[in-house]
Amino acid sequence: MTNAVEFDNIDVIFGNRQAESLKLLDEGKTREEIAAATNNVLGVADVNFNVPQGEICVLMGLSGSGKSSLLRCVNGLNTVSRGSLRVHDGDWMADVTKCDGPTLRKLRRECVAMVFQQFGLLPWRTVAENVGFGLELRGMDPKERRDVVDEKLALVGLDQWADKYAHELSGGMQQRVGLARAFATDAPILLMDEPFSALDPLIRNRLQDELLDLQEKLNKTILFVSHDLDEAMKLGNSIAIMEGGYVVQHGTPEDIALRPANEYVADFVAHMNPVHILRGRAIMHRIDRDKKTGSAELTLEDANIRITLEDGVVRSANNGERGELKLINYDGTLPSDLDATDNSIVFVAQDDVLLKDLIDIRSITQNPVILTRDGKVSGTLGRKEFFDSLTQTASVPD
Amino acid sequence: MEWLTETKIPLGQWISSLMDALNEHADFVFYTISDVLEFIIENTIDFLVWLPALLIIAGFGILAFVLHKSWKLTAFTVLSLLLIVNLGYWEETMETLALVLYASLFCMVIGVPLGVASAHRPWLYQAMRPVLDLMQTIPTFVYLIPTLILFGLGVVPGLISTVIFAIAAPIRLTHLGISSTPKALLEAGESFGCTPRQLLFKVELPSAMPSIMAGLTQCIMLSLSMVVIAALVGADGLGKPVVRALNTVNIAQGFEAGLAIVILAIVLDRICRRENNQTSGQ
Repeated sequence: MTNAVEFDNIDVIFGNRQAESLKLLDEGKTREEIAAATNNVLGVADVNFNVPQGEICVLMGLSGSGKSSLLRCVNGLNTVSRGSLRVHDGDWMADVTKCDGPTLRKLRRECVAMVFQQFGLLPWRTVAENVGFGLELRGMDPKERRDVVDEKLALVGLDQWADKYAHELSGGMQQRVGLARAFATDAPILLMDEPFSALDPLIRNRLQDELLDLQEKLNKTILFVSHDLDEAMKLGNSIAIMEGGYVVQHGTPEDIALRPANEYVADFVAHMNPVHILRGRAIMHRIDRDKKTGSAELTLEDANIRITLEDGVVRSANNGERGELKLINYDGTLPSDLDATDNSIVFVAQDDVLLKDLIDIRSITQNPVILTRDGKVSGTLGRKEFFDSLTQTASVPD
Repeated sequence: MEWLTETKIPLGQWISSLMDALNEHADFVFYTISDVLEFIIENTIDFLVWLPALLIIAGFGILAFVLHKSWKLTAFTVLSLLLIVNLGYWEETMETLALVLYASLFCMVIGVPLGVASAHRPWLYQAMRPVLDLMQTIPTFVYLIPTLILFGLGVVPGLISTVIFAIAAPIRLTHLGISSTPKALLEAGESFGCTPRQLLFKVELPSAMPSIMAGLTQCIMLSLSMVVIAALVGADGLGKPVVRALNTVNIAQGFEAGLAIVILAIVLDRICRRENNQTSGQ
């Protein structure tokens, strides 16, 4: 996979004594010590990671952790003090730390768009004029612009509101205008600086869902700043957790949830609801590899169920009293005609199904859930595994 | 203390010499400026006076209605201007109107760019502040004398004095408007790739517009307050009957001419003032 954004040893220092501050940073001085010595503020230090094309990467941390500072480097709103920050758009590439004015403008007009926490809409312009802002700067003629604007407004469901002014809209709608404005330039990279933090929780949730839907259609590379771990876990393909300007952990949501790198990350994780993040494979009782090959029988201890495997594929299941049990493949939706607590069925689900969906499955049957990967059995989920997962003692997945 | 007063610093002498030198070596510059301005203003006045009064009054009424959609304001505008015609000060009112319009035009044309430039360059604003303070506080009569010498009697020294007095308002208010553009909007502009020029015309100026318009109305009001002083150096208009009334202790004439000035001021202010409900932030 190709990278859309590459952070390469990025340091950001705010103030006018850059060289001095960088030297202190190299000597291992902390943010406070640097501020005391030079009156400069350490924004970001030693950031090294890449964002692959088409992924959502969430920068996450408390306020003052440098997440916004880092984000704003990507389109040059903040100046990088040292390091190299490369932005790719197909074959085109620019190093934001070195490029000249026209290149930076090209990057901002065509390659990187931004959504702001306080929306940043121009109050003297109508919704349509705001959405067309980037295209107008580019010099696109008004007729063509109108077509694009209408299309993007329809995309965010605001086509009826084109001629209103921003302040006539609710907060959630204003941020949709902000989204449409960012989409309008067709930039492949989107920077979102706590875009939903100013909204109430219900609207925030809905916009998160909408963003995920849109992302499925548009397949952008999104850098998203958030201070809310639940939001980060929900949206992010990867999460970079920042503290005091440093990235303390960068990994998948599961990595973060299951293997917090330090106290700071663990603190975040402790306050998060695991059912939206953990997947079956992270909590399941794994089945030995030798049982997956050839034909085998498997006994699930806590339910006294025997499963017949053929080359790792589940063929049948039975328990002594009831005889043959019905196997149902879970494909994302539950059959609606099932009794609650029907003990004559066994569900087979992929092992990347989220814990919250597994709990739904489990509420229908007392029997363990069988998890598969690529069609072959990888583990089982009994009562013990469910309870363990909720008390955060889940085992580490392979 | 004697040493302090022994040798007087010849400040006044210096200014006087400077004026003499200017008058001696560059008088053609000032006379050209004076002639051109006088030609333009006199012709404007002739045109305004040549137009039927009722037509101009109707024009004001329509303008008031189109800009503010208010019958009350329209009725007030029309009736109060008719009162001026009735009192017999229409011609003087047109002369004053021309003077005020040109003074405001010059103030805005010079003041807005200066305000923008000073908002972008803090050192320039630092340098300009004492000059602006000076222009606003120095007694008008003091610079009336040199302008009189340089430009001769008539409407032009009146115009120049008016501009000197009034220009600080649009400069200060433009500076205020531009420099208080919300940072979020500037960043939005930048992040979508504004050139500095686009940032000025598409973000900063629209954002500063309410403040700039306040500068314009201020400018008009200050110009009107200079009408009587302009009359002292020979500018025609409503100031003349006031000065004449002062010299002859004519209460009736003074009151009527003064009322005409007030009416013109209120009408211009109400028409130029913008309700900024649409452009008030987020």
